[in-house]
Amino acid sequence: MSDALLWHRLQFAFTIMYHYLFPQLTMGLALLIVIMKALALRGGDAAWDSAARFWIRVFGINFAVGVVTGIPMEFQFGTNWAAFSKFAGGVIGHTLAMEGLFAFFLESTFLGLLVWGEGRLSRRGHFRAALALFVGSWLSGYFIVATNAFMQHPVGHEIAADGSLRLADFWAFLLNPWAIAQYAHNMVAAVVTASFVVSAVGAYYALKGIHLEGARRFLGIGTLAGLASSVLVAFPTGDVQAKQVARHQPITLAAMEGRFESAEMAEIVLIGQPNVAARRLDNPIVVPGMLSFLAYGTFHREVVGLNAFPRQDWPDNIELLYYAFHIMVGLGTLFIALTAAAAFQQLRGRLASHRPLLWALMLAFPFPYIATAAGWMTAELGRQPWLVYGLLRTAAGASPNVHSGTVLFTLLGFCGLYTVLGLLFLFLVGREIAHGPAVDGGGARG
Amino acid sequence: MVELWYAIVAVFLAAYAVLDGFDLGAGAVHLLVARTDAERRTVLGAIGPYWDGNEVFLLAAGGVLFVAFPAALAVGLSGFYLAIFLVLWTLVLRGIAIEFRSHVEDPLWRSGWDVVFSVASATLSILFGAALANLIRGVPLDAEGWFSLTLFTDFGIEEPVGILDWYTVLVGVFALATLMAHGGSFLAWKAAGVVEQRSRKLSVVLFGVVAALWPFVTWATHVANPTVFATFGERPLAWLGAAAALSGISAAFWGLRAGRGLVAFLGSCAFIAGILGATAAMMFPVLLRAIADPSRSITAPAVASTPGGLRVALAWFSVGAPLALAYFVTVFRLHRGKVPPPREGHGY
Repeated sequence: MSDALLWHRLQFAFTIMYHYLFPQLTMGLALLIVIMKALALRGGDAAWDSAARFWIRVFGINFAVGVVTGIPMEFQFGTNWAAFSKFAGGVIGHTLAMEGLFAFFLESTFLGLLVWGEGRLSRRGHFRAALALFVGSWLSGYFIVATNAFMQHPVGHEIAADGSLRLADFWAFLLNPWAIAQYAHNMVAAVVTASFVVSAVGAYYALKGIHLEGARRFLGIGTLAGLASSVLVAFPTGDVQAKQVARHQPITLAAMEGRFESAEMAEIVLIGQPNVAARRLDNPIVVPGMLSFLAYGTFHREVVGLNAFPRQDWPDNIELLYYAFHIMVGLGTLFIALTAAAAFQQLRGRLASHRPLLWALMLAFPFPYIATAAGWMTAELGRQPWLVYGLLRTAAGASPNVHSGTVLFTLLGFCGLYTVLGLLFLFLVGREIAHGPAVDGGGARG
Repeated sequence: MVELWYAIVAVFLAAYAVLDGFDLGAGAVHLLVARTDAERRTVLGAIGPYWDGNEVFLLAAGGVLFVAFPAALAVGLSGFYLAIFLVLWTLVLRGIAIEFRSHVEDPLWRSGWDVVFSVASATLSILFGAALANLIRGVPLDAEGWFSLTLFTDFGIEEPVGILDWYTVLVGVFALATLMAHGGSFLAWKAAGVVEQRSRKLSVVLFGVVAALWPFVTWATHVANPTVFATFGERPLAWLGAAAALSGISAAFWGLRAGRGLVAFLGSCAFIAGILGATAAMMFPVLLRAIADPSRSITAPAVASTPGGLRVALAWFSVGAPLALAYFVTVFRLHRGKVPPPREGHGY
């Protein structure tokens, strides 16, 4: 791999993973805020109003960072991946432009109304603003996932005379089955992140013995939504997603599992280290037959190993892909266990005094971020060596007219700028958490 | 169809210039028209409900360019690589300056972000002006249809050119003066009290600078690209743009003198949209002009998406564009009238 290609890939990977730390919380939180506003509206419970108000403030800070880190993403298609943009712009340009027109305008309009509109709008009007923001942010997510799904599993296109792609069937492209599965999996994962963050703040207040009204509500909604989403992220959404990979990217499935030999009754790997040079998995702990069953729904189906494919079609970093996938799955399993225990105690009414569980919930919030990042690494590393699966190799997609030193320079620039941004973000969110939800309903504090 | 999409791209870019232009301009005059914290909150409160939506026009313009003319976007963004990242990083800093400033009640924190906001706004105004000038002057497209520009060379307009030369810097300064006057007109309309008065006075002076620079910039444009005005005679849309610009700047002067903020602001909008519209009408069908060899220029018909793709795009565009317009009308209606005096703990 040339230096320039490596820097291009690292820059995109870094900026998109950093960016996505923020939308995953805002998208998940948008749903939880709608639920809180609905509970406030139904029961006339002012504590739910102040809970919602608190999370809207956190949402606002998150959203701002999400917006400013999102703008560079759109432009990097052109700056760093110009050959890819020339090749596929006639197709993916549609979803990227639609995101602006259908989602961003909606979001920017209603965010202002949600953050600053309480008191100016009626209670129902404020609820509707929350609902509109939820719709906008989830629409935005769909257009991006549909763009990615085209790169994973291109459908609805044809190849034009000059070799570039053009749109042949708009609806096939927009309703790509890959997009629908990936979207469901991704959005439920966003709810996991938001639920864990809400629970963590609730657990923190409960352990400190402050803001107990808020803590009770945060723990209630956080653990129940956390359990529901943790289950859904594994089954059915994760399961469907894995079956799609097995069907359309069998080589990726083999690499995710560090599987070199083909076999029926293929075992699933719990632990082990892929040794690509020796083409084997070192020190594995496995469950026999499970991979065949999970990938194809039957134990007798053969799972094809990497050796069956030409070396140049293997994903180029099998070790990282393998670990990313196993970290995601491992963490996902732990999420179900933790949220099940917490939700059980919550329903018994004992969570607020269960200190070990509160500690676990408080410290657990970074892990959904890690699992989400690992999940996207699995998707994107698994797509290699292709930029558009089967149609354009990653090496052929980078801008031919940008020097490697220039890309390294901008990559370092992003590292610096985003470090500063991260510190500012933590400082401001920390202040909000320290301030806590105001019970008196004194309006939005800046 | 190709003409229509060229027009849509031009309209979105002009809408971006007019809309984000007023909040960039308000940012550039921020430190001049607002001195106390309350005054500065008035400026931020005036643009607060709009700036985020305005910025979406930049993304939407990029989006429609991507759909309609993918190769132009790919070649242009990668060729201007460093300048684009300068713009992106400045946009990041400016965005967080607006959003984070009022979260902490500390004079040092707020003054710091005010400076970031104002300097970033001024820098962006200059860069966007220079970007337009680069498109007019042209870029060194090679035989494969790519180019790569350094930030500057010897500041001459002959090859080897850089992104900044005497012409692009001149247009950058012109854009700065124009957007400052534009932002000032917006504040003269939306703000009250001392901010309104200062903005009005400053805008009159700035429009004077703009009016003085305008003929000079026009001459320089002719020097940088003698082909631009060659088409003027046969493009009625360019006449319309020129007429809008002339009457716009006159209306702006009159509105500011007469204390009619809205008239001044609309005049200023017409001035910017007119200049950009006329430029686009005269440049058509060129998207990226090759500086030495005109046959290498990237033109709209040559790089347009297929007619089928453009038809599909037009279908969703005719649903989405009215929706976007409706949101904008809603926001402007909800925030009609002067900005209310700032309250601590509420908004910007």
